[in-house]
Amino acid sequence: MDLAFFGVQLLNGLQYGLLLFLIASGLTLIFGIMGIINLAHGAMYMIGAYLVWDLTLRLGNFWLAILIAIPIAVALGLVIERLFLDTLYKRDHLYQVLLTFGLILVINEAQRIIWGGDVHSVAIPAPFDASLQLTDNLQYSVYRLFVMGVCLALAGIIYWVIRHTRLGIIIRAGAVNRDMVEGLGINVRTLFTLIFSVGVALTAFAGMIAAPLTSITPGMGDSILITCFVVVVIGGIGSIKGAFWGAILIGMAETFGSVLIPSIASMVIYLIMAAVLLVKPRGLFA
Amino acid sequence: MLHRYPKRVAVIMLVLLAIVAIFPLWGPALFGDQSDFILEKLTLMVILALFAMSLDLLVGIVGLVSLGHALFFGLGAYTLALASPDFDAASLWWMLPLVMLVAAVAALVVGLLVIRTKGIFFIMTTLAFGQMLFYLISTAPFAGGTDGVFIMFRPTLTAGETMLLDLDNPQTFFYFCLGMLVAGFLFLRWLTRSYFGQVLDGIHDNERRMQALGYATGGYKLVAFVIAGVLAAIAGMLAAMQYGFANPAQLGWHTSGEVLMMLILGGMGTIFGPILGAFAYEILLYVYEHLTVHWPILMGLTIIAAVLVLPRGIAGLIIAPPWARRKPKAVEEEEGVAAHLHPATIPHKEG
Amino acid sequence: MKNLKKTALATVLGTVTLMSASAAMADNHPVKVGLMLPYSGTYTALGEAITNGLKLAIEQNGGQLGGREVEYVELDSEANPSKAPQNMSRLVKGDGVDFVIGPVHSGVAMGMLRVAKQSGAITIIPNAGLEAATNQLCMPNVFRTSFSMWQNSFPMGKVAHDRGHREVVTITWDYAGGKEDVAGFKEAFEAEGGEIVEEILVPFPSTEFQSYLTQIASIAPDAVYTFFAGGGGVSFVRDYAAAGLKESIPLMGSGFLTEGNIAAMDGAGEGVLTTMHYAETLDSEENRAFVSAYEAAFEVTPDTYSVQGYDTGAMLVQALDAVGGNTEDRDALIEALASVELESPRGLMSFSDSHHPIQNVYLREIRDGKHEVVGVAAEQLEVPDDACQM
Repeated sequence: MDLAFFGVQLLNGLQYGLLLFLIASGLTLIFGIMGIINLAHGAMYMIGAYLVWDLTLRLGNFWLAILIAIPIAVALGLVIERLFLDTLYKRDHLYQVLLTFGLILVINEAQRIIWGGDVHSVAIPAPFDASLQLTDNLQYSVYRLFVMGVCLALAGIIYWVIRHTRLGIIIRAGAVNRDMVEGLGINVRTLFTLIFSVGVALTAFAGMIAAPLTSITPGMGDSILITCFVVVVIGGIGSIKGAFWGAILIGMAETFGSVLIPSIASMVIYLIMAAVLLVKPRGLFA
Repeated sequence: MLHRYPKRVAVIMLVLLAIVAIFPLWGPALFGDQSDFILEKLTLMVILALFAMSLDLLVGIVGLVSLGHALFFGLGAYTLALASPDFDAASLWWMLPLVMLVAAVAALVVGLLVIRTKGIFFIMTTLAFGQMLFYLISTAPFAGGTDGVFIMFRPTLTAGETMLLDLDNPQTFFYFCLGMLVAGFLFLRWLTRSYFGQVLDGIHDNERRMQALGYATGGYKLVAFVIAGVLAAIAGMLAAMQYGFANPAQLGWHTSGEVLMMLILGGMGTIFGPILGAFAYEILLYVYEHLTVHWPILMGLTIIAAVLVLPRGIAGLIIAPPWARRKPKAVEEEEGVAAHLHPATIPHKEG
Repeated sequence: MKNLKKTALATVLGTVTLMSASAAMADNHPVKVGLMLPYSGTYTALGEAITNGLKLAIEQNGGQLGGREVEYVELDSEANPSKAPQNMSRLVKGDGVDFVIGPVHSGVAMGMLRVAKQSGAITIIPNAGLEAATNQLCMPNVFRTSFSMWQNSFPMGKVAHDRGHREVVTITWDYAGGKEDVAGFKEAFEAEGGEIVEEILVPFPSTEFQSYLTQIASIAPDAVYTFFAGGGGVSFVRDYAAAGLKESIPLMGSGFLTEGNIAAMDGAGEGVLTTMHYAETLDSEENRAFVSAYEAAFEVTPDTYSVQGYDTGAMLVQALDAVGGNTEDRDALIEALASVELESPRGLMSFSDSHHPIQNVYLREIRDGKHEVVGVAAEQLEVPDDACQM
């Protein structure tokens, strides 16, 4: 393996990892703060991609489509939280698993009714539709660099909000002791609605900015969901920092695993997870 | 706490069992040409009931929510598929113990890793292990890959030269599966009422307290995990026997999700509830599929409704019917049961 | 959505006319055709295209088979192999259909064939390309109107060599269909004297290709041969173009790489070479008539899946005419099905001893968003199926 090859693969792993982080961040936020396990998380990723595809087609502009799609995603999160999750906070995780599994069935089928079963794609938007020459025969889309930048920026923002703002303090306190925060006169219910909507929006947003890099198909969220679970478990559920490093680790492992040990590439991430759990049953950053 | 239920539960279950068991008597009259097919469907429901019941031991009794239980179901199917000779029938005398052994070893290994985790970690790690085996089987050259494998001959049950049961006969096979279900039920009923079962109940209600009392809760949970795995593998083996086919999809997390749905529909923590749940789920599926090609929406909404309105499932309705619940001084026994049946109200806050 | 409503309406109307018809001639009951195709989930588009094609062919015959009315029983296969045997069993034993048409997915095909073997139900596979269906598992009662992985990819081996490629990298998903497809290409390419320098297997159904593209770039072979389908095909072709590899390393693949998805490739597919038993641009009278009839009926352009459905319908029409609508004499019916010869939109098509289509495989190049036929890669190609003994 020469140095250029190694460098490019490092870049691939980093880019994939950062995108994984963005998808997983919503999952870990929602769990860490609200104690809700959301299986329909992958479906939200898919919804994000379809929304931006549909709106780009209608409006003719990718950026405008994202701008409109984000409030729709937030609204969707709001509706789901108020309609279904509200009663589940005090109940066992089992009910959350089942309810969100039911949601997957409904959302996936609704997607089919609204948008059909065909494969779609979104063109890489200007001004990022250029390429860099990496090696003598390999180019790299500038849009991928842009996506990396966005993911890093969002990671920074989330970290900053949680660490250094009043909202962050409330969120951290609420995660530790819900009753106490409520006793201080803070409306935890509203807080939860907010968090869930933000979590859903983050995931949907990941689907939106990933749309030009992937193909938009029914059920595209199902496989990403499991990978996100692994990321979150490795990092420590509820930990944003854990999700970040877990995602980078998985991104690198998949990238290098697929090239270096192709015979077990599909299982690499699960093996890593098993190894982490052996050493630290609650994840690396719990 | 003793998993004792009102008499009507036993009556209802026995009546239902009798109705199902004598299907060959009334089936042809009611369904005509279709009765063979309905018998086949009933056999499948019986097998799925065993599968759902095995999961109830983990989810309902111990309070461990597994999203990877299909791992053992598929393992049973694949053990049968891979251990069966190509041109001959295997004997159930060694196939059944082999399936149980393989499942027990697998459950022990997986269990040792996952038992250390709690709550949501347990859900996610069981899910991940299920997917791991799914990929292993899907890509392993010896396992037939994503298209699955055939089991050309159904295992036989013989004593010396004489055939004890002709399992190739659909009716005999149906009764064989029904027998396995009843045996599995009686075993779990005995287990949950035993000392071991009481410890499991204690762990469900408050694991720390049990630890403080000196119980090595990890060991109890591991044993329960292994038992559940072995029972699921038997169900998987029966399912593979029925159609002579094993496929990686049997191991996938959607299968694990489906069996959880059967659990919630039937009512968990009751052992008998999941049996009703498996039948209810399959019947609903059949009806929905006939109604519309968009049946997943109906199924999804049914599950959501069950979670929101009927968290204790059909079993909850039987044990404490809505009309009986209004009277505060109902039979005490029922009150006790109802209280136990709602362990889910105890918040499980971990992670 | 429009078609769906239309088909639904057509089915309702069909059932109504059918009910009145069956009342009129009580002893001449309709032919029951069971469709076990995906109507929900990822493969829905394929299931619908096949259904449309099949119904169009029978509609063009006055909606009849061998002078009898037709009743369709549609069952969602969910593309779920673990439910395949029970679904098949429902059609055969529960609904008592005369024919089962299905499936799309190879894993589902395995499950169906298990029941087909036990029950002897006449099964026509309108898509799934698994080799075993007509080879190791071949049965007198099983036919295929589509392709096998091998049949589609084998001709590309010679094409690649003729175009001067000597070192080729193959890349596909790590699943049965992908591996069978690449094996067909490899067999022919190596027989010509070419060398496969690397066989890349991507975990199914991952569409994250960046690390593999980097690997391909560093190997720098003469060409790349690939099999992906659906979203994977779109992703791979787009990523391949975006990585700038298409100019230096030509991309070749099985027709399924781009089938039905050219529009989603957004121009990235231009110049990609594929082999396939059909192309919508085929210049023949049969194809032009088919395309216009299909477009008139369903308001979409047909693809290979539609043709496979259409030919399945045409096969039933011809065979049932031959036996005068008698579905009771199974041996005669199977004989009639096996001797069907079609002037299909895809060209001349007949059946081998293993009940697999003998057909042309075309070399196609994407130009201006269409599969243009560059030539015939293999004339009337027969699949060896040497393990099949009926």
